Amino acid sequence: MQFKARIHTSLKKSVLDPQGQTTLHALGSMGFKEAKSLRIGKYFELVLESETRAKAEECIHAMCDKLLHNPVIEEYSFEIQETPS
Amino acid sequence: MKAAVVVFPGSNCDTDCFHALKDVAKVPVEYVWHKERTLPKVDLVVIPGGFSYGDYLRTGAIARFSPVMESVIQHAQSGRAVIGICNGFQILLEAGLLPGAMLRNKSLEFVCKHTWIRTEENLTIFTGKMDPGETLCVPVAHGEGNYYCDEDTLKSLHDHSQVVFRYSSEAGKLGEEFNPNGSKDHIAGIVNKKKNVLGMMPHPERSSEDILGSSDGRKIFESILTALE
Repeated sequence: MQFKARIHTSLKKSVLDPQGQTTLHALGSMGFKEAKSLRIGKYFELVLESETRAKAEECIHAMCDKLLHNPVIEEYSFEIQETPS
Repeated sequence: MKAAVVVFPGSNCDTDCFHALKDVAKVPVEYVWHKERTLPKVDLVVIPGGFSYGDYLRTGAIARFSPVMESVIQHAQSGRAVIGICNGFQILLEAGLLPGAMLRNKSLEFVCKHTWIRTEENLTIFTGKMDPGETLCVPVAHGEGNYYCDEDTLKSLHDHSQVVFRYSSEAGKLGEEFNPNGSKDHIAGIVNKKKNVLGMMPHPERSSEDILGSSDGRKIFESILTALE
């Protein structure tokens, strides 16, 4: 089966995000007073082959733990959907 | 004493490190391409600065899985010396040989300038030639040198005397104005618990001769030479 995963990584809440803060400030100075908080992260689109959805999810967790995110400063989440191969 | 300088695609301080070791410190040194699975028989491994793998994903994140890194990790675990400078420090953090991680500089700018760093700990093979509190003029050049660790790790670093260098004034005063990147607790360099692995953002190889504006960095190479000979 083929799956498509959308993986997000971002800095943990406890870690200061100067890029997010600067961008939030820029939005504010452009007049977007609605903007109250902004965190910047990374987005990955991954296509993978796996026998089952459970195995695909297990594999994505392993990829995130080993390479895609740094657990010291980042957290990750993902959504997965089956795609026609 | 013998040394090796590891070269990754994107390393750009490898020749500077090679020169500082060979011509200034007079240490026999050789390059090791990152695809090698084994290291030559050396006492010191240098992971130089640069932009390994274009800093893709995270600084040091891809280089950390280069074939040579397994041997570097074994070398470190056997108690032999490793020094990671700038991108080399970032690679050692990603490899888990040192605790913590690097964030973008607080200013979001690439910072390239001479900084003063204060020697916090001289009972290591890297700092034996300095007095405690002695300051060195050593340049930084990085966009992601904002050292981060959680409070428990910071306490552990201090408890085990692992903070080796902190950014300061020339006179050794600490302050935000002397911290070029927002590093936690003004940290510029740390060692592991066994004190055989050093990571530092400033470049001692770029400050090892008077013609470069400072020769203070030379003391770090001379400390290593004295300790390992």
